Amino acid sequence: MGVLPRTLPDPWRSPLRGPRFTAVLGLVLLVGMTLLFVTGLLSYAAYNPNLAAVNDKTPGKGLLGFYLFSWPTDPHWLYRLTQGLHVTVGVALVPVLLAKLWSVVPKLFTLPPARSIGHALERLSLLLLVGGALFEFVTGILNVQLDYLFPGSFYPLHFYGAWVFISAFIVHAVLRVPQALRVLRERKAGLPETGELVPAKPAEPTVSRRGAFAMVGAGSLLLLVTTAGQSIGGVWRSTALLAPHGGADPGTGPGRFQINKTAAVAGIRTADTGEPWRLVVTGPKGAVHRLTRDDLLQLPQHTSALPIACVEGWSTDDQHWSGVRLRDLAALAGTDGDTDVFVESLQQHGAFRKAALRHNQVHDPRSLLALRVNGADLTLDHGYPARVIVPAAPGVLNTKWVARMTFGAL
Amino acid sequence: MNRLSRWYGESPLQLPLLAASFALAGYAGVRLLENDPWAVAVWFVGAALVHDLLLVPVYSLADVAAQKALGDRSRRTTMYVRVPAFLSGLLLLVWFPLITRARADHFALVTGHSGDAFLPRWLLLTAALFAASALWFVAVTFLAPASPWRQARRARREERARERERERQRRKETKERPPSDH
Repeated sequence: MGVLPRTLPDPWRSPLRGPRFTAVLGLVLLVGMTLLFVTGLLSYAAYNPNLAAVNDKTPGKGLLGFYLFSWPTDPHWLYRLTQGLHVTVGVALVPVLLAKLWSVVPKLFTLPPARSIGHALERLSLLLLVGGALFEFVTGILNVQLDYLFPGSFYPLHFYGAWVFISAFIVHAVLRVPQALRVLRERKAGLPETGELVPAKPAEPTVSRRGAFAMVGAGSLLLLVTTAGQSIGGVWRSTALLAPHGGADPGTGPGRFQINKTAAVAGIRTADTGEPWRLVVTGPKGAVHRLTRDDLLQLPQHTSALPIACVEGWSTDDQHWSGVRLRDLAALAGTDGDTDVFVESLQQHGAFRKAALRHNQVHDPRSLLALRVNGADLTLDHGYPARVIVPAAPGVLNTKWVARMTFGAL
Repeated sequence: MNRLSRWYGESPLQLPLLAASFALAGYAGVRLLENDPWAVAVWFVGAALVHDLLLVPVYSLADVAAQKALGDRSRRTTMYVRVPAFLSGLLLLVWFPLITRARADHFALVTGHSGDAFLPRWLLLTAALFAASALWFVAVTFLAPASPWRQARRARREERARERERERQRRKETKERPPSDH
């Protein structure tokens, strides 16, 4: 048996690699990933999962729901902002994450695989960090494109995956941020770059570090510009060339704005939405009202300018809805107008064909059972004959094709 | 104690931190794996493996191949290919389900959008990126006064002028040489 060489020929020759390159990318991700995690937690809170089982896609959350709170209705664009940031920033961070992983990939192949128990444990933690980050990005990016390849429901995968990721992320940040700041201070002081990421035999550079950062930044900018318009709306929607809800709005006339699920896919039959349709309103004392659409139009009508904002990150501009205030319907049902409501749709398919709204949402004067939008009757795709619209609530809680509303404490 | 810390090999802060982290990861991980443990574990670990063992080698080799193909000029011209290819590839990587129309019919049915718009948009964006890069290359190479192409042309002219001057000098010397040297 021949004598093994003391060091393996080093295939990692890019002169870009080094602790300073990694440190800059790491600090960008420190801010970016923290923002993604916080906005993700807010999105879960926005569903009011503790209000009713139908709102909660991760009922086994246990202590991971420790922070939940009643989702407010002000400002009315709150969910547009938090979820728009979550998805848009997530998409724009893809090149930063890839560059960061590229910068440390030689460490994956270091030999021996572990030099001590502590090192072995840290590497196991890095598997959770890298696997968790990629798992979250892949599930999120597939979900916003409605390509549900992943094994199971999106909500538990993305929510629990986020907690596995963040557990490793916090440790990594505590252990590495001081080091990142140190190597950047050393650069400022003009000291030479040292460390295990510096290639032993660097190749001729084909791009400067500044050029590499510019390339990553250009990638983020391009993704941002071709995505953000689906959340910002207005004329910017036309710049969102590759975002799922960018480009021209679907439909025509007053109902021309983004649709989460069409009537066709929700299994709405026109027979159910026509003349025989009745809204069933019930209260805690057993009062039952069956209202036709004309009955509803006879009740005091109010107008609210509110957006639709989806968990997938897209949203619409404020649309002008008109209809009956939820609190008026709550009063009709024999409550004081400040109570929860359980809403059921005609929908035959869809995870949110039943949804619960909290008393602060019912009580808000802008919350409506909308009958019309932008001066015309609702279109079938936007929930004709009647739909819920609540300020700052995630889109799926604004139930379309409403069939029954049950007021009372849930 | 000293032997123990040598054997553990890392700072004393690391162990309690990692223990807390693994406990939290375990608490969430049990829930993550609840429904389909094998498939989820494959996705979780597989995401890291596919990235490190497939994506990184593929784009690294593509980069090396492009440099080889550009030959001697590669140091000056690589970036004009690398940047638009990177940007176009990045868009494809993020939006491939829409671009490849993997579930275009489903997408159209659900959202009311056509699922066919994304492939042409990506192709046009790719064309625009490469065209912009080519224009930039032309501008830097041929138009700028300090461009390498202009500098090379100037150098060639000066070289030809020097060559003519040397030729004239040689003829003159030949003519003036005394006959005994023939």
